[in-house]
Amino acid sequence: MNNDFRARSHPAYWAFIVHRVSGLLLAVFLPFHFWVLGQALRNTAALEGFLRWSEQPLVKFAETGLILLLAAHLAGGVRLLMLEFLAWRDWHKTLLAVAAGVSLAIGLAFALNVV
Amino acid sequence: MLWIAQRASAAVLALCVIVHLITIIYAVRNGLSAAGILERTRGNYGWFVFYAVFVAAIAVHAPIGLRNILSEMLGWRGAALNLLVLVLAIALALSGWRAAFAVFT
Amino acid sequence: MDALRVSVWRGKESGEFRTYEVPQFASQTVLDVVTYIQRNLEPTLSYRFACRVGMCGSCAMTVNGKARWTCRTHAAKVAAGNALEIAPLNHLPVIKDLVTDMTRFFDKWAQAQGQFRGERTRKDDFARVKPDSAQRQQADAGIECIGCGVCYSACDVVAWNPDYLGPAALNRAWTLLTDVRDIARVERLAAVAGDAGCHACHTHMSCTELCPKHIAPTASIAGLKRAVTGAVLKGEL
Repeated sequence: MNNDFRARSHPAYWAFIVHRVSGLLLAVFLPFHFWVLGQALRNTAALEGFLRWSEQPLVKFAETGLILLLAAHLAGGVRLLMLEFLAWRDWHKTLLAVAAGVSLAIGLAFALNVV
Repeated sequence: MLWIAQRASAAVLALCVIVHLITIIYAVRNGLSAAGILERTRGNYGWFVFYAVFVAAIAVHAPIGLRNILSEMLGWRGAALNLLVLVLAIALALSGWRAAFAVFT
Repeated sequence: MDALRVSVWRGKESGEFRTYEVPQFASQTVLDVVTYIQRNLEPTLSYRFACRVGMCGSCAMTVNGKARWTCRTHAAKVAAGNALEIAPLNHLPVIKDLVTDMTRFFDKWAQAQGQFRGERTRKDDFARVKPDSAQRQQADAGIECIGCGVCYSACDVVAWNPDYLGPAALNRAWTLLTDVRDIARVERLAAVAGDAGCHACHTHMSCTELCPKHIAPTASIAGLKRAVTGAVLKGEL
């Protein structure tokens, strides 16, 4: 038998979920990102056209989501690198809170500047 | 081994992503158009090298992460999985470098 | 006090939960509850226990979804309303009802080189180990493990990767690695490197959350990751 949500309801586990889901979604997004940028190979106008399309609020909202995913994956990743490579410290829960806070701050910085 | 490559590429990406996020927020804050972005990247070796390194790190990091997800969540193992992941890595690297080149030329 | 409604797993891997009504008493532990059921309601119920006082780890079971020592878990503290759900430990074959086959758990202990290997004989002087040295303190943080299997049951990587050695085996390997008297360093590092070893740990920390001895296997496994990386970079592995 396997564990269900009851054994998984603690912060370090949620951090893992956020990290895994954000990584997966970013990996799915990347080919699209590279393709759009590659449009510049044709001419500037192609890229400009795309940027114009992306001015819509719904796209900006999605972009904010993407920035949040990237920031969360970065913060969670740095947290893991610290936990694994620095000698273990007892404030690992604080570290988690800091990581969450930093990623939200970055997402907010983007959202406030894009509006 | 793969784990070390994953952590090493993660360290490189941490730096690249911080730069990337600052760049994005700067560009968005100043309302940069495509022309505006491109006039900063065209002919700029600094940006080209930065993005080439960024793409290389991604091409190592993302496929290894996906390999973990596929083997743990779907139970895939063995040569087929490794081949798929290698193909993904090459595809990411090539399309990424193409994009970096696209904004350089 | 109202009676407890206790769902207990009956059968093997396939089976079902059967419900029993158990009277509540003050300071009743989950082990008391299971014992009451077996003595008064269902003589065919199979379960394991030994010391009853939190020293041996034999009574570990899954209580309301979390692996615990049933002799040290007050029923009143974990009952959701008046409901208790008692199942065998996860990720191990079920022999019957609440009894699991711990063979694989201990086999992995051996695979991780969880045995001390020294070089001194009775003719040599004692090894001198400072108790407050950093290395000894790191080892001491993990040596109280009694092999109860709670961390193994709690760890999801064990479910997703059947070869994964698991938190207890890796924790033991770490305590031996940091033991200055041990001489099997390279063999042990080789045993814990790789897809089934320390590198499969994703720092869920469920093991650390649930360990009844408050050991942090995650910390030990992080130490192993560092040690393996160092050995690879130095060309030892």
